[in-house]
Amino acid sequence: MTATSAATVQQGKVTVTDFGLSYDTLEGLVEAVRDASIHVDPGEFVSIIGPSGCGKSTLLNAVAGFLKPTRGEVAVDGDPVARPSADRGMVFQQYSLFPWKTVRENVEFGLKMKGMERSKRETSARTLLGLTGLLAFENQYPDSLSGGMKQRVGIIRALATGPKVLLLDEPFGSLDAQTRLIMQQILTNMWQRLKTSVLFVTHDIDEAIFLSDRVYCMTARPGTIKAEIAIPLERPRHQSMMMSSEFLALRRGLMSLIREESLKAIGGEVNDIALQGLDIDLHGRSLADVI
Amino acid sequence: MNGAARKLTESVARSPATETPPAVPSATEPIPAPLTIHQVWRWLVLHRRQLRTLAIGTASLALFLLSWHLLTKYRVTVHVRFVNVPSPEMVFDSLMRVSRDNKFLSHVFLSCRRIFIGFAIAATIAVPLGLVMGRFRLVREIVFPVSEVLRPIPAIAWVPMSIMLWPSNEESIVFITLLGSFFPILLNTLHGMAMVDPVLIRAAQCLGAREASIFREVYFPAALPHVFTGLTVGMGVAWVSLIAAEMISGQFGIGYFTWEAYSLVQYADIALGMICIGVLGLGSSALIRGVGRVVMPWAKT
Repeated sequence: MTATSAATVQQGKVTVTDFGLSYDTLEGLVEAVRDASIHVDPGEFVSIIGPSGCGKSTLLNAVAGFLKPTRGEVAVDGDPVARPSADRGMVFQQYSLFPWKTVRENVEFGLKMKGMERSKRETSARTLLGLTGLLAFENQYPDSLSGGMKQRVGIIRALATGPKVLLLDEPFGSLDAQTRLIMQQILTNMWQRLKTSVLFVTHDIDEAIFLSDRVYCMTARPGTIKAEIAIPLERPRHQSMMMSSEFLALRRGLMSLIREESLKAIGGEVNDIALQGLDIDLHGRSLADVI
Repeated sequence: MNGAARKLTESVARSPATETPPAVPSATEPIPAPLTIHQVWRWLVLHRRQLRTLAIGTASLALFLLSWHLLTKYRVTVHVRFVNVPSPEMVFDSLMRVSRDNKFLSHVFLSCRRIFIGFAIAATIAVPLGLVMGRFRLVREIVFPVSEVLRPIPAIAWVPMSIMLWPSNEESIVFITLLGSFFPILLNTLHGMAMVDPVLIRAAQCLGAREASIFREVYFPAALPHVFTGLTVGMGVAWVSLIAAEMISGQFGIGYFTWEAYSLVQYADIALGMICIGVLGLGSSALIRGVGRVVMPWAKT
């Protein structure tokens, strides 16, 4: 695994240029994303953050190859993205493990699709499972695993084929707070070793700061890139850093950006009076999270 | 009740451990495993739900037999007439009599063979057809209207047409059995394909799977639980159709046996035929469920 990562370290540059996506409805054209330009350098960890429905997942799905841009271009290492491929591994919020395959068979799946012979892929799947402490569960079906375990399997399944880019769509969104912290640490440790380019979508500000080298902040619909913030925290990262003044300053900055957009996103449902005293109640989450 | 039972289990589990020091396992010394009264009690407590179900089920069947016995013994007539209805004892005598003669067994064997052939053909056509219809919209658009028109026609209504269509009686009965099981299998397979979680398809695509692999590795196993539901339902309808066909156009088979018993005024044999059909239907459904469990080890229950 380390051998592959060394070879791929200079690969995995994602460039999204003037991306726009709209779709037809009875009421007319709905613009989901407008003029979004982002990039991920080889080996970089980049997050996209924004209120619910801002089109951050749309952007990610376009990089994965599930959606075709209405305008603009999506390319990985200069090649335009036409369809999903094993070059761009994806991790989903709903885990999306194959229930009829054991944990190991799930991890092996990408390698099987590559035509790797059984004994070889079994060995590499077991190595990956061992690294994440899941070897004891290799012959179990996903249904018997906890959420955190499932998502660990989801991540190593996506990494098993040695993708150029790892795409994660709110991967820890359905985990409880404690498990989420542990998973963030596991992910940052794994990334530290593999140095695969990562594009990470989340609405959790702390998560974005803790994990990323850079964070893109998106506006409410139609989604556009509102800001790009570099995260100069040192690596390797540890949970204890989340208390540092540097971290908290970054968080304050991002929060004020996000709050404006979250308020726009929830529209006319909440009036000014209802929002008084919001600073106290938010506990570091965006309004969209609280509501 | 539950809490008390759990406490009991715990105390039972703890008591032997606290009284005897943990035995050092040695290779030479054979470890005796006598079933202590404690273990028997624990087993009973752990399986109390299943035991309860079993006990109530047995009692319920016994009650059914008893009511049947009483209703026929006293020839109850309350609008419904039990005058000519055979008693359980008569049916049992009848069973003893026919089990010695090959004719009855060959009736049973013939019915089973018809079910097997008809059902097997139905499954081999309906399952692949359902999978393909679920995957390819055009195929579905072409086949679905025809299947929807034919589906509501009960198998028994096919009897005259079937006799015209097929050169032999045997073939026409198998055909009716086939028709009966065909549509439940097809529709459930189709439903299974519609229920496939699209995120699993996307996950497979991201791992480099192409059309054929996705069909084999995702669509098929994802639809399998519904396919088995279809097979179970289809098996039930196959028996319904078979018996109807045998009663009308058969010369052999358990359905024919039951109808013949009525014509020959052998009332005990009517009930015997009915019970036999029930047992065979139950057995064949259980067989399919058993196969399902083997084929789908990931599915619960």
